[in-house]
This record gives sequence, C-alpha cells and structure tokens, in this order.
Amino acid sequence: MMNDLDRRIINHLQDGMPVCERPFATVAEQLNITEDRLIGRVQALLDDGTLSRFGPLYDVEKIGGIYSLVAMQVSREDIDNVISVINSYPEVAHNYERDHEFNLWFVVALDTTERLPSLLTDIEDRTGYRVYNMPKLDEYYVGLKFHA
Amino acid sequence: MPETTVNNIDRLIILATQAGLPVTREPYHDIALRTGLDQDTVMERMKMMLERGVIRRIGVVPNHYRLGYRANGMSVWDVRDDRIDELGKKIGALEYVSHCYHRPRYLPEWPYNLFAMVHGRDRESTEQHVKQIAGLLGDAARGYDILYSTRILKKTGLRI
Repeated sequence: MMNDLDRRIINHLQDGMPVCERPFATVAEQLNITEDRLIGRVQALLDDGTLSRFGPLYDVEKIGGIYSLVAMQVSREDIDNVISVINSYPEVAHNYERDHEFNLWFVVALDTTERLPSLLTDIEDRTGYRVYNMPKLDEYYVGLKFHA
Repeated sequence: MPETTVNNIDRLIILATQAGLPVTREPYHDIALRTGLDQDTVMERMKMMLERGVIRRIGVVPNHYRLGYRANGMSVWDVRDDRIDELGKKIGALEYVSHCYHRPRYLPEWPYNLFAMVHGRDRESTEQHVKQIAGLLGDAARGYDILYSTRILKKTGLRI
C-alpha cells in the first residue's frame, strides 16, 4: 500500500527530475528524506507495479518517428489469436481491449514514418481483419501527470 | 515538419535509456558506462534533448489504475470540422482530460474525430465528466461514445 511519503514521491517525480550527478540526492533533500530512502522507495514502487516506469519520456516524433493509434473490430472467437499477433510486434507499445464493436486499440511507435503502411498491411494479412489507422491530425493536449 | 536533429550520440543515449534509467545514486554515470560515453556528455546531451522537447520529461510514470483511477474512458466525439480546433483546445484544458487529439473518421462505421481520455475513480465520476464535455461542445457535436478499457493487453515503453 502507498503511504503519504510514497504519494509525495510520486507527485514530485512526475514533475521531473534534474539532470545532475546525484539526482536522487537533490530530490531527496527537497522531500526531506535521505537519498537511499528515496532510491529504495522508487525501486519498491516500480517492483510492485505502482510505477510503470522511471526515466526519460521520449517524443518519438521529434526523432523523426511516428506514433499511431490503430483500431480493429474482431469477433470473440478470434480475439485471442489476433491479440497474440498484435502483441508479437515490438513496435506495438500499448494494446487495450475496449467494450465496443471496435474492441482492440493499440499504439504503434516507429522510428521512421515510412514503415507504418507495411506494418499495418502485415497485421491485416496475418489476422484477416481490417485495421483502422487513426494517426493524430492535431494534438490539443498531452498531460503527463496523475495526482497520487 | 518534425525535427530530426538527434545525432549519433543522442541515439546511443536513447537506446540505453528508452527502457528507463537505473534507480541508483548515479544513474547518468551508469548510462555513461553502458554507452562508453563520459558522464558529462550524457548529461549535456540529455539536457539538450529536454530543451528541444525530444525528451518530454525525466521522471516517473505511475500506473494510474494503481493510483485509484479505475474508470478510464476514451470519449470520442463527432465534432463539426470547422470548430474542432477551437473546441479541442477547450476540452484538452479540462483537468480530468489527459490526452486530447483530432483523428480521422472512417464513415460510416467510425464517425468520431475528437478523442479525449477521461479519468475518474469510478464510472459515475467519469460519466459526469463526459456530460460536462457534452455541454461544452453543445450542438457542435453530433454524437459521442465512451469506450472503457476492459483489459490491458500490452504496455511497454517506446522501443526504437
């Protein structure tokens, strides 16, 4: 279970961490705890799944790559097979099942935009289902913070 | 056009850190050892990437389910094209919306062009949020739906 210290750590570290030799020491001082205690708590929160990652968040589009959201409508009896095909691609970063006729929603992250069409065609060929590519046309907001 | 001004040193650093930073006293020193670069170079290039937005930020990403945000709905809206920019910005500014994008429609089966991820501790609060969005959009929205996630099938970071 998270305690108050964990909440403070999560809220604080979502805002970012300095790039310096001992970043945990700097943050620990602001939180009024020791560096080793902070390191121990961050590792524990990663281990128990409260945190899904620690480190830099890259904007793939600034590296010349692309993210796209892709949707599929797959029947119940085929869904497990289709999921295993989709998840087998390392380029698929996220995959969610949703309660809708469009029941599979996944995000593809590629380092070059040129590879997207062939990847999607490959998924269609292997699954026999149409993919609906829904790349962003405009980004109005991307929030990166959840209050713990 | 997106900037593609990362150099080969940046690429080395990206490859070494895309799965995360080590949780150690000197994480940049560890990355330096892993890449064969020196620590100052690693820190300098990462600061530069932060400035240019190649790195959005360095920190933690919580699992929002574990923080109690259990009702995460993808609200999707069929918004008049001539008003989508103005309204998308307005919806994106709401505190319970974490992502807001304009995306293509696929008529007739997919009429929705505005996507707003809405987070609540239960479906009731998420649905209250969605009602508020409906009010803001007014008759500029011809229809909407909420898609709740029922299973996380995969969740990994960026891999290049």
